[in-house]
Amino acid sequence: MADQAMFADDAMQYAPQLYSGALRMTRNRSDAEDLVQETYLKGYRSFHTFTEGTNLRAWLFRIMTNTYINSYRAKQRRPDETELGEFEDLYLYKNLGALQDASVGRSAEESLMELLPDDEVKQALEDLPDNFRLPVILADVEGFAYKEIAEMLDIPIGTVMSRLHRGRKAMQKALYDFALERGLVAAQPAAADSTFGQDS
Amino acid sequence: MSDDATTTTGETGVSDCTQTLRELDVFLDGELSNHQQAAIRHHLDGCMDCLGAFDFHAELKIVVAQKCNNDEMPPGLLGKIEKCFGTDFSGDGQIG
Repeated sequence: MADQAMFADDAMQYAPQLYSGALRMTRNRSDAEDLVQETYLKGYRSFHTFTEGTNLRAWLFRIMTNTYINSYRAKQRRPDETELGEFEDLYLYKNLGALQDASVGRSAEESLMELLPDDEVKQALEDLPDNFRLPVILADVEGFAYKEIAEMLDIPIGTVMSRLHRGRKAMQKALYDFALERGLVAAQPAAADSTFGQDS
Repeated sequence: MSDDATTTTGETGVSDCTQTLRELDVFLDGELSNHQQAAIRHHLDGCMDCLGAFDFHAELKIVVAQKCNNDEMPPGLLGKIEKCFGTDFSGDGQIG
């Protein structure tokens, strides 16, 4: 049985990640702080149920996700099952990719890092409706596997996959719109290549 | 995972690209079987268009992970959490 003294030693290292995750979920600092505290309190109290040798980080995120869904989501009074508009696959790539190619002498990764400001990336994620935002946070920010996310959210793996796909596309549309506002991309989108991606 | 994953024929063509791009997310998430992964890699070796798309999204994934995970914790938070440990929780369960 895992004992509580161990919890303090082992669990504190995940506080920064939990706080960032909580901030993406609640979208405000005061709720995020409360959510992290509540997660640690619940974790401490129920640490006897934790199976030693399993993933403590995943266990903590599971507690936090459940706490968020049960207490904070209700409080925020946002529509639960919002649908997203349609956005073409690869649209951001087709329009930002060309820009990257133009930045000679840099790796593509560096230029994407520079092209997309922190605030815009966070905003694009936080603007997603809950049912898409949670899978994207857990997969793309926290790096959990489909199976772990399915268990945390209590939805089938196929649903995790389709929400990830659509949530990511909506995020990419938001990033494209931000880039458009900043004049980074031209208002006239690049024409789709006739042999590539048109039917995807 | 995805049962509709198809293997590429080795011929680079539009239908191969469509099938490959359909697996982009699952490939980048590391959730394909070894066999499926190998088929995708084989296609990417011979198709610059798809390789470009895969590279872009792989990089975007890194950018999202880094930029959404760099928030500074409020200075008092760790202290508040530590205060919970060793507390007698038979009370009202209020934190802090």
